[in-house]
Amino acid sequence: MTIPAVILFFTFHTLPLIKGIFYSFTDWNGYGDWKFIGIKNFINVVQDDTIRNAYGFTFKFAIVTTIIVNVISLAIAIALNSSIKFKNTLRAIFFFPNVLGVLIVGYIFNYVFAHLLPQLGDALNISFLSSNILGNPSLAWLGIVFVASWQSIAFNTIIYLSGLQTIDQDIYEASDIDGANKWQTFMKITFPLIAPFFTINMVLSMKGSLNVFDQIVAMTGGGPGNATQSITYVIYHFGFSGGNFAYQSANAVIFFIVVVSISLFQMKVLAKREVDL
Amino acid sequence: MKKKKINNLLTVIMITLAGIFILFPLYILVSTALKSPEDMMKSTLALPTIFRFDNFTEAIKLTNFFGAFTNSAVITCVSVVFIIISNSMVAYAIARNQSIKYFNLLYYYFLSAMFVPFQIIMLPLVKQVSSLQLDNVPGIIILYIIYGLPINTFLYVGYLKSLPKSLEEAATIDGATIWQVFFRIIFPLLKPINATVGILAFLGCWNDFMLPLVILSKPEQATLSLVQYIFQGQFSTNYNLSFASYLLALLPIIIVYVFAQRFIISGVTNGAIKQ
Repeated sequence: MTIPAVILFFTFHTLPLIKGIFYSFTDWNGYGDWKFIGIKNFINVVQDDTIRNAYGFTFKFAIVTTIIVNVISLAIAIALNSSIKFKNTLRAIFFFPNVLGVLIVGYIFNYVFAHLLPQLGDALNISFLSSNILGNPSLAWLGIVFVASWQSIAFNTIIYLSGLQTIDQDIYEASDIDGANKWQTFMKITFPLIAPFFTINMVLSMKGSLNVFDQIVAMTGGGPGNATQSITYVIYHFGFSGGNFAYQSANAVIFFIVVVSISLFQMKVLAKREVDL
Repeated sequence: MKKKKINNLLTVIMITLAGIFILFPLYILVSTALKSPEDMMKSTLALPTIFRFDNFTEAIKLTNFFGAFTNSAVITCVSVVFIIISNSMVAYAIARNQSIKYFNLLYYYFLSAMFVPFQIIMLPLVKQVSSLQLDNVPGIIILYIIYGLPINTFLYVGYLKSLPKSLEEAATIDGATIWQVFFRIIFPLLKPINATVGILAFLGCWNDFMLPLVILSKPEQATLSLVQYIFQGQFSTNYNLSFASYLLALLPIIIVYVFAQRFIISGVTNGAIKQ
């Protein structure tokens, strides 16, 4: 019963993976003849300014987004978990961005950044808002951070919320009697107890942010210039239209190794932290 | 019971936040989609003076909305149904035979594939798929079903391990075949995890942009997301038209969400926590 599944999975997943790795050692441009060129592609990828720039952008983006998303979603989750009115409605509203298609959300915010924010900036005399930030090479990445966070916060909030609901309320009463203030309660009780949920969220948001693609297509197309080209965008853009098939395969192989190492590293460090607490 | 006191200040803060950051962009979406270009000139924020439903009829005609909607619906529904049936079968075979080396290896084979980013297989995959003439709707459905295996095997195997084997053993003694055991006994017991897998697959397939972008070569097979990308150039600066089109594309999922939000939230949460 599992044999057809294995054959299909091998054909459409493992085989392309092997091909990708294989072609990264050749000079194939997607059609015609090719020959082995050893690790020349890899040497060139490491020295390629476009790709280095893409790594710079992707890491800056992924780290900032992961931090922003986790801080804000933890705060929202704590607020939603405390005794407030309209809890369930608010929860439904805060989760809502998660079910929308990333591309279309990107297009909508494109308009907000291009037209609404500049009007607001003019009206309030804030010069930094008065032009389209997506058109500014040094600010465009922040626009993408905002939109990516807008959707990821929805997801991470729900995960933190379900973590908070696993905590027994008696512990809070006990710490209250012992005279702990709110900050102490958070640092010494809440945060350690939701450590596994923190791990899930950190790993998933980092992995998701490193793979950023849809937002780039919708909002900047990698621009202005090449300011917001992410690694996945470079692989897609130059791999398909630039005739750099083998070269971008080498780039993808390196990217694969980077993503796996980061995920494993995060899991190891965060899992160790869970034990220590 | 002083803890039970409703925190009014926090309630107000949360409602304000939700209003500004989540409901306001939605208001922009809906109001822009309903305005005429003249209304837009007066104010980008105000409510439309007249509801201009022509935006929608134009958007439907231009983007072939019903065609794209049908494509999205067919791809999503067929994929979800087959993902649930086929992936649970594979997981069942693995979960009940993990003492056999082959099945155990298989489990880790699928699991390790979760770490492979799509970009690394993307370029060779596209070549391969088009040479097999699967660069179409049936092809993309096959891919979704196959790519569901890693995560779903993991979710199903985890759940199956928690089910007692005694029921199956009793059925086998009574002479039930393995298929009867699976469909009559196991599959109904999988209901909660089927819901989780189904919801995740539904959201994933419906909102996916990358796979349709690289796999679907003919414009008439485009999904709702892909259509927005294809027609970006033709919308140009007619924001009322483009927003009407975005709203139409988002409407199905918004409607589903309004009616099934509890169900969707718990499905997504379950899926993430079991990882």
